[in-house]
Amino acid sequence: MKKQLKKNKPKIEVLHEISFTLNEKQVSCKIKASTILLDLIRDVFELKGTKPGCHEGECGACTVLVNDAPVNSCLFLAVNANGKNITTIEGLTNHDGSLHPVQESLVNNGAVQCGFCTSGMAMSIKAMVNHFENSHHVPGEIRNDFPTRDEIKKFLEGNLCRCTGYVKIVDAAEKLFAKEEF
Amino acid sequence: MKKELKVIGKPIPKHDANIRATGKAVYGHDIVMPDMLYGAILRTEHPSAIIESIDVSEAKKLAGVHCVITAEDVDVNNIGYKRDHPILKTGEANCTRDEIAAVAADTKEIAQQALKLIKVKYKVRKGIYDVQEALKKSAPQINKFISGKFENKNTAEIFHYEHGNLEEEKKRSKHIVTRKFTLPRMTHACMATSNITASFNLIDKKLLLYSSTQVPFLYQRDMAHALKMNPSDIRVIQPVIGGGFGSKLDMHPFEPICALLSIKTGKPVQILYTREEEFIASPIRQPMEIELTAGVDKAGNFTFREINIVKDNGAYTSWGATTPFVIMQAFSSLYKVNAVKFDAMAVYTNNVFAGSFRGYGNPQATFALERVIDLLADELGIDKAEIRLQNANRKGETTGQGLHFETCGLVECLENVISKSHYNKKKSINKEGRFKKGIGLASMLHVGGGAKIYRSDGCGTILKIDPYGYCTIITGSNEIGQGSETVLAMIASEELGIELKKIKVINTDTDVKPWDVGVHASRTSFVAGNSLLGAIKILKEKLNKKASALLKSGDSEFEYSDNKIISVKSNDSIALDKVVREMHFSEPNELAIADYFYEPSSKFQDKDFKGNVSGTYAFASQAIEVEVDTYTGNVKVLDVYVAQDVGRVLNPLLLDGQIEGGILQGVGYALTEELLMHEGKILNPNFHNYKMLTASDIPNIHFSPVETFDKEGPYGAKGVGEAPLIPTAAAIANAICNALDLEFLDLPITPEKVLKAISLRNTKNNSKINSHSL
Repeated sequence: MKKQLKKNKPKIEVLHEISFTLNEKQVSCKIKASTILLDLIRDVFELKGTKPGCHEGECGACTVLVNDAPVNSCLFLAVNANGKNITTIEGLTNHDGSLHPVQESLVNNGAVQCGFCTSGMAMSIKAMVNHFENSHHVPGEIRNDFPTRDEIKKFLEGNLCRCTGYVKIVDAAEKLFAKEEF
Repeated sequence: MKKELKVIGKPIPKHDANIRATGKAVYGHDIVMPDMLYGAILRTEHPSAIIESIDVSEAKKLAGVHCVITAEDVDVNNIGYKRDHPILKTGEANCTRDEIAAVAADTKEIAQQALKLIKVKYKVRKGIYDVQEALKKSAPQINKFISGKFENKNTAEIFHYEHGNLEEEKKRSKHIVTRKFTLPRMTHACMATSNITASFNLIDKKLLLYSSTQVPFLYQRDMAHALKMNPSDIRVIQPVIGGGFGSKLDMHPFEPICALLSIKTGKPVQILYTREEEFIASPIRQPMEIELTAGVDKAGNFTFREINIVKDNGAYTSWGATTPFVIMQAFSSLYKVNAVKFDAMAVYTNNVFAGSFRGYGNPQATFALERVIDLLADELGIDKAEIRLQNANRKGETTGQGLHFETCGLVECLENVISKSHYNKKKSINKEGRFKKGIGLASMLHVGGGAKIYRSDGCGTILKIDPYGYCTIITGSNEIGQGSETVLAMIASEELGIELKKIKVINTDTDVKPWDVGVHASRTSFVAGNSLLGAIKILKEKLNKKASALLKSGDSEFEYSDNKIISVKSNDSIALDKVVREMHFSEPNELAIADYFYEPSSKFQDKDFKGNVSGTYAFASQAIEVEVDTYTGNVKVLDVYVAQDVGRVLNPLLLDGQIEGGILQGVGYALTEELLMHEGKILNPNFHNYKMLTASDIPNIHFSPVETFDKEGPYGAKGVGEAPLIPTAAAIANAICNALDLEFLDLPITPEKVLKAISLRNTKNNSKINSHSL
């Protein structure tokens, strides 16, 4: 898994060695201090599912999970991934190729059109799922800690979409929580 | 007797949604080719300047740079709808987007570094950023590549249309209203930025392009013209496209530039726009001023409309210049009107040029028209819903422009939204207090069966069934996320009795697929659907013949179900794959393949712009309720009631997606989205300052499809893609005006404009009170 960034550097730069967990696998690499996580994922590890939408933290297309929390990977310095647990859209899909319930809900509810925002949306919804999975729950009791539709909308404000008008994406998240199948 | 449909009409998810939702779809940004270089473009620093010199020597010396090109290094033709657009600019810069030089390098970083080493000497000129300035006699000619067809040197295009006796209709009008509206620059903001990968093969001199174009065959021809190549030596492959909305109807300079870099280096070259570049250098919705005068007689019938439009063409001419084709349809034919005189002019300036954008001028036209209809109703003292119903188009009508409405659901659409929104109750609810609610109505008319603006509006299909019973549809049409592939697969599944997972749609390669004019004008499901149905009919004749021979029954009528061909008379059946194998392997040994080219019944309009330009027409009405915060000026869109004549629902899940996505774009157009310019430069080229709406801004959308079963459409369906956003801004504006009892003539209606209008009225009222009290 060891790879180097592109050759042909005009000037010599100090490289930093980092190790982290990427989609449940331990990986390490040498990178420049200025490398952003988005480029590390896409160009070094060649996982193209994380999408570059703006490179300035506005659109959310490049959302990945760092220790279960959503971050814009375009604003996250890759050196800070050292020792952390990174999950991308590729890590969300089950090993046998079957879809994670978040992805399944997006597909079945018609939440995917051009699809360029979808990876980021899926990771943001997964982050929401993590939040509620980790919250205290007594078996047998009715859960009242699910997000409301308005809370889902608020949570997804950082992910832009130009095709769907967001309705089906919010539907997908809402139905996922209603089913408790995460 | 109507056969019950098994697949059509069902809410089936997009067939490759799972690929897209797992990050496995390959977009232009994801393409990596061996030995690939990265291209970058140097744009002018000044929107209007003389370019005195360009020095690329330092850039060429930088390690990792393979090629630097300027206009001097290439032998090319101009591009654009009027061929008035040089790919690389020399001598002068006329627009902030102007491409001066381009670089190909080993990495994106080196390419950017190289751009910084290019030294350009400019002599800055005073630019012309206002259409009225451009029309003055003293103004210099902005675009030097036009032939001087028009009297004024800065006129890019002129449209004139009329029907009926205008003067007579003016005379018999009881009320006449005149207003001038200003429409903003709106940008597509596709989630994937513009991209292209070009690979020129030095051995066989063929050019391979991975391009997000919406019109691959026109693009192939345009590219060939630009590069002085044979179109057939250019192969266009469309990767998965991250949003279109009309932005990819034109070929833009970065595309032939990328091809030139590849031709010069003999290596694949990729250009990816940054988001800032996307805001600055990709096309926009046409900004324009619309002056509309319209009349109504004492019985409430519309008498006439007189329209004068001045569009800011920017420095070069794109397909966007032809939007008056569509704009005039709304004015000539939405609601019955006896006389129309329409004039539109596109004027060159040093501003950015527009392209085409979902709705193609219709949102602008509909905003002006529906606003004035509200004012006419007020003048006459007639209800705003009533006046629309009274004048609504009906089935069977042929309008003054020659548009023929074989089916027309406008009355049903209007009645639907009026009733569901409780319009009559809500229009006069209490407007006291800080938060004022209002409701507005608007309708729209748009082409629903393609638009014959090119010599052919056709689409080809090649259909085959393989010996394993799988079906491959090779269609000329394109997928840009809207789901047309899925609709085509559903049609094949319905007609051939093959399950969806056994159906493949091939639609991305000009070397393989048959001709099609492109994805635009809400045409794909209609035109490609009909084309596929034509191919299915031919293929079935072949399959029926073989099945009949194999069953030895002499039957001629068959049904296709569960991968079987079933005799209607005897109910005997035979497996579809077996029939195909027998076709291949027994005499007369033929393929289970068929091809068909579908051309809609529509006509190319005459020189007076008259004629039935589309195979059918779509209608829609929206009733929108808003709440205005009179302290902050914020407008909240509460409920959108939308009814749309879709002909027939082919897939309700995908249809909802088009409606909801369109409406939110319409809300953005109405309230928040504007590309701001000052002296030719764009002030807000990022998502932080260009306000696209987020999930929190979704209104409650209540959608009712209206089915009119047009005999021209596949299963009766009409085009749906553009319609949802067309009346939204108009209905929102009408609702805000209803809430505040104020008028708004410009979009977007920002909080700032709302507060200004409220405070202006308060000042006026106060001064009135003061003068009275004196």
